[in-house]
Amino acid sequence: MEENLDGIFSQYAGERGELIPILQDVQRAVGYVPGAAMTQTARFLRIPESAVYGVVTFYAQFHLTRQGEHGVKVCQGTACHVRGGRRILRAVEKKLGIRSGETSEDYRFSLERVACFGSCALAPVMVVDGKVHGRMTPQKAVRVLEALE
Amino acid sequence: MAQITLTIDAVGATVPEGTSVLEAALSAGIYIPTLCYDKDLEPYGACRICIVEIEGMDGLPTSCTTRAADGMVVRTDTERVNRVRRTICEMLIADHPADCLTCPANQSCELQQVASHLGIMQQRLEPLEREHVLDESNPFFKLDLSTCILCARCVRACNELRGVGAIELVGRGYECHVGTFLDGPMVESVCESCGECVDRCPTGALSAKAERLPPTREVKTTCVYCGCGCGLVLGVRGNRIVRVRGEAAHPVNRGSLCVKGRFGLDFVGSADRLTAPLIRRDGELQEAGWEEALELVAGRLSEIKAEHGPDALAGLSSAKCTNEENYLFQKFVRAALGTNNVDHCARLCHASTVVGLARAFGSGAMTNSLGEIEHADCILVTGSNTTEAHPIIALRIIAAVERHGARLIVADPRRIDLVRFADLHLRQRSGTDVALFNAMMNVILGEGLADEKFIASRTEGFEQFRRALEECTPEWAEPITGVPAGEIRAAARTYAGAERASIIYSMGITQHTTGTDNVLSLANLAMLTGNVGRPSTGVNPLRGQNNVQGACDLGALPDVYPGYQKVDDAGVRRSFEQAWGVPLPAEPGLTVVEMTNAAAEGLLKGLYVMGENPMLSDPNVNHVREALEKLDFLCVQDIFLTETARLADVVLPGVSFAEKDGTFTNTERRVQRVRAAVDSPGEARQDWAIICEVASRLGYPMHYDHPSQIMDEMASVTPIYGGMSFERVDEVGPQWPCPDAEHPGTVYLHEGEFKRGRGKFHPVRFREAAELPDEEYPFLLTTGRCLYHFHTGTLSRRSAGLEELSPPAPFEIHPEDAAAEGISEGQIVQITSRRGTVRARAVLTERSRPGMIFMPFHFREAAANLLTNDALDPVAKIPEYKVCAVRLKKAHESSPGC
Ligand code: SF4
Ligand code: SF4
Ligand code: SF4
Ligand code: FES
Repeated sequence: MEENLDGIFSQYAGERGELIPILQDVQRAVGYVPGAAMTQTARFLRIPESAVYGVVTFYAQFHLTRQGEHGVKVCQGTACHVRGGRRILRAVEKKLGIRSGETSEDYRFSLERVACFGSCALAPVMVVDGKVHGRMTPQKAVRVLEALE
Repeated sequence: MAQITLTIDAVGATVPEGTSVLEAALSAGIYIPTLCYDKDLEPYGACRICIVEIEGMDGLPTSCTTRAADGMVVRTDTERVNRVRRTICEMLIADHPADCLTCPANQSCELQQVASHLGIMQQRLEPLEREHVLDESNPFFKLDLSTCILCARCVRACNELRGVGAIELVGRGYECHVGTFLDGPMVESVCESCGECVDRCPTGALSAKAERLPPTREVKTTCVYCGCGCGLVLGVRGNRIVRVRGEAAHPVNRGSLCVKGRFGLDFVGSADRLTAPLIRRDGELQEAGWEEALELVAGRLSEIKAEHGPDALAGLSSAKCTNEENYLFQKFVRAALGTNNVDHCARLCHASTVVGLARAFGSGAMTNSLGEIEHADCILVTGSNTTEAHPIIALRIIAAVERHGARLIVADPRRIDLVRFADLHLRQRSGTDVALFNAMMNVILGEGLADEKFIASRTEGFEQFRRALEECTPEWAEPITGVPAGEIRAAARTYAGAERASIIYSMGITQHTTGTDNVLSLANLAMLTGNVGRPSTGVNPLRGQNNVQGACDLGALPDVYPGYQKVDDAGVRRSFEQAWGVPLPAEPGLTVVEMTNAAAEGLLKGLYVMGENPMLSDPNVNHVREALEKLDFLCVQDIFLTETARLADVVLPGVSFAEKDGTFTNTERRVQRVRAAVDSPGEARQDWAIICEVASRLGYPMHYDHPSQIMDEMASVTPIYGGMSFERVDEVGPQWPCPDAEHPGTVYLHEGEFKRGRGKFHPVRFREAAELPDEEYPFLLTTGRCLYHFHTGTLSRRSAGLEELSPPAPFEIHPEDAAAEGISEGQIVQITSRRGTVRARAVLTERSRPGMIFMPFHFREAAANLLTNDALDPVAKIPEYKVCAVRLKKAHESSPGC
């Protein structure tokens, strides 16, 4: 993957504080933050590659791999957990054929588990492409996904 | 600095303003448990085990990040504090294998200490099950995440102290761990294997692989690898070195070490060490007794002397050996053999420094000290790949930039690692340094940035020098050097604009036919801007070998006695004749390369080599071989059967640095103790004792009971060492000049007055290198060192780990050139110059300038010096290692070779 990031870098002065905005731009342009882009960013900001990697892995907003068309997140926070969030996750994993943290081979879906969305009243919760689906059952969750296919 | 007073647990503590509460407590002798604190790192405040109560403050502040204030009342051991500390500690232990007895950190673990301080005896919380992640990829140490407590001391040490940043805290929350970029194996990261992280880790998470059994005693000594002169503490068990650490209070390394010093001392206990004298019989080197070997050496040397005169003999001394041995060796050559034909490998690295700086300033040594580098505002590094060749000095440069905001200018054809920290990288074509510096000085003069007062009051020869610069505009220099005129201007302004500017250089400057001119240019540049004779300024040659400075100081040179006193000065000679009790030769002797030539021509008949390996280190090795083979008699005194020793008639086994007492002088003129830590193998003998034996058998009796007596004699005839003695250098070595026992030593030279009176400007005109690329040999070859090896590899290549990290015989080529030549990564390529051919493994990297290839010279499999040009600098007689022309051809063989 040899994206040319010069266009992005030209918007910045090359100061260390610009790391996060640059990574956001990279992710917007490429869809995720590839290793080569981290290397280029590290060179541009003159910081170690490991420091860039540390930041990318610290923030949930950054992805290390190409993401699917649809982002599916299943909550595993306390409220959801008590109300069967685990079963929702299993059903979704089975339906999509991938585990949390993975992307389907056809790049249609990416699945993640999340700690809490702050929608505990609606637990258990699943979020698809930013839209919150509350009071899920395994069947309902599968139907939400089928509607996308 | 203002002092403040506070009360800690009813104890009064007075500390400088800015001290943390933790450090105030420690200074008052009060223990506060800590885990993420490290006195050399920025406060971090992550583990929270150091919390205290402070009157008038809410909550429990972490003492390591809270500044002490006047009148503060601190309580470190209340019930509340201890309760929280215990909870924190229990959580850490819950996440930790309860298997202390099998842990490499058992007994030295800080988590153990903290737990025992808090009275925690067992795991109370349900242990969490973590995946067991173990990275054993590095040959010297391993990372076991199961015992990691995420204190980040390793990460911070790697970043703050080493400027490397190989590791980082990766991931968040429960996933958080110490990892490399993309979580690859440690050995594939940018890690330099320095072991700093291992040293700083409070637990067994990072541990040395070799260190299974703790040492039973420790011996303080000085590292044998390079001119930094780091303080080592050798941990010895029985007769084996089982651990090495950096001496924390040492003025040079402050506890840090590089990979060679920390992990690369395997050679000491190597099975290949020479254990008995060898004599050539029927063409084969065979073991013999000392008596027979010494008689043979003395007999052959006297025969040659009787038949052909003393100047048919010569001695090569050693920059690896101690000051005492070098002193004794040159005395042996001069007084017992009766010739000034004594030299050593300094000729091949810094002869141009010794000559050039002596002409300009009156002294050929580093003007300033290593500790001062950190406080320069501008540092110009040229011809020194500091991070690899002088790793600990590089730490000071990095600290100057990162901690104190210094501007760094790197002038080097290669994109060396330091460029990461540089404001400007001037990438001049190899061999055009004079043009580059002249153009910088042209700008400084043109823009009125020169220090007129300094020039008027401290220097001479300015007018003539100024006139020689008139044509040297940046536009003139641009086509010659390949550096854009704008960058030359920027560099000139940055350097001249600094209050304290320091020049650091090494063999990239000296190893040219214009080596002396290059050095003179740098001296001009410093004088022009008044950057000599003050702290954190100066012209600072970094000397390569551990004791190359000392070998020069003690007269292992053909034209000077100890202390740079000229052999052709009748008065000086008389005083040495008196001291040594024999008439001495008046004519300066032969230099290293001249010895080779004289041997090839049959004029030199006998050579005595102590601890040198010209068969790999000298230029045009084929010629060296022919010359050595032509000798009537070759004696080599060494600890290994080196490439040179294999050609000898007699080989005498000496001892390694870990088996001898003496002193080394590091690159900043600091005279430091070397101490015997283990016994020497077999019948190997002390090098000084061997010299005494041979000299005595030649009819010049030499007797000493201990090296300290040699030091005393040496001090009595060497004014710059006049105040040195074993007692004096015992704790912290003073820096010469140190003329008498009361003198404190000299941190920086030329304060108020230059050694030669006034500093002398020399007009220097640009000349091309002796051999440039042409149609037949289109590439420029430059040679140098790499981090993992030293010199001809005699020592470093006995370490399996170093060998693994740096496999033999690479050469670096720019990817564009490689593409044009159809060369791919890892391919074996035949490299040919007018003098020889080798096969080496291609490494594609943008570090190399297009049109230029780089080869380290450590590897006998592909000896770079089969290719290099033995053309000499006319004044200093240093060969042009840094520039020659070669051509490339893909080889059919699959391994490197000659
Ligand atoms: S060994 Fe040195 S370079 Fe490597 S990770 Fe540790 S501190 Fe960093
Ligand atoms: S490896 Fe050691 S130093 Fe590094 S974070 Fe873990 S415990 Fe701390
Ligand atoms: S090789 Fe040089 S930098 Fe490394 S530990 Fe030894 S003296 Fe220090
Ligand atoms: S030592 Fe103070 S927070 Fe870790």
